[in-house]
Amino acid sequence: MILVTVGTQLPFDRLVKAVDTFANDLTRPVLAQIGKGTYTPQNMKWIKNIEPADFDSVFRDATVIVSHAGIGTVLTAKRFGKPIILVPRQASLGEHRNDHQLATVGQLAGRPGIYVAHTDEDLKNYLLDDLDSPSHEDPSEVGRTSLVTYLKGYLAAV
Amino acid sequence: MTEKKLKVLAASSGGGHWEQLMAMRSAFEGCDIVFATTIPGLLAKYDIRDGLVLPDCSRDSITMSIRCFFSAFAIVIKHKPDVVISTGAAPGLFCLLAGKLTGKRTIWIDSVANVEKLSLSGKLAGRIASLWLTQWQHLSRPDGPHYAGAVL
Repeated sequence: MILVTVGTQLPFDRLVKAVDTFANDLTRPVLAQIGKGTYTPQNMKWIKNIEPADFDSVFRDATVIVSHAGIGTVLTAKRFGKPIILVPRQASLGEHRNDHQLATVGQLAGRPGIYVAHTDEDLKNYLLDDLDSPSHEDPSEVGRTSLVTYLKGYLAAV
Repeated sequence: MTEKKLKVLAASSGGGHWEQLMAMRSAFEGCDIVFATTIPGLLAKYDIRDGLVLPDCSRDSITMSIRCFFSAFAIVIKHKPDVVISTGAAPGLFCLLAGKLTGKRTIWIDSVANVEKLSLSGKLAGRIASLWLTQWQHLSRPDGPHYAGAVL
């Protein structure tokens, strides 16, 4: 199953609409969490918000995640070892108050299991492809261990 | 006699800020830890009992911000943490401020989402944090924020 999620705070109809447009051409079923969006998908299953309690099981069932470039979803995809395709929100299209999601994908592009789609065509191609999951040799684990060790040391010295 | 455990209040908004806090959760092993967030369901999702709920707020609503600040202050007074730590955003900053005003140690870890510059909360946090961190090496400065790693 392909899981599309746009977060709960802001609508992202452009992304939902894009996937809905070619949902019938995909080989896997799609579930879209549309949040505050007003566009009603025609060709895929959708839900307004996934309850926090159900979120893990929906994530576990997904083979690939499509998402706005929200860090929470990126971390969750990593936690479940799922490939994630990011579509950054753009301030010029009224999708966020600034372009920090464009900056975020600029830094994350090319990391294991993370794919950035700048066009609908990119997105469709990724969804027809067999994407690699983040591997266990993910370099970001080094950074996380370093941060945790540093904080532990700081707290021990307080 | 056993030594008293360090008491830590770890607070953040829901969504990405919370996932980041959870990604560094093992840093609090051995501490007496109290978590606070703005979405009640997130506590259950991570099997956290006795977690606290903060009213959500942002720079867009002054009323909610005032409510959130008093709530943060009440939490710090009641739970008496030795250290207050946050990954953001505004509700976490208010917890830090309450910690600072009551003489606690304070730690701010700016969100990994802030790639080009610190968030507004992150910049303000620099004035009140005992330890002020960014998760991007290129945003670190000699006087802070410092870089010590990143959750992503």
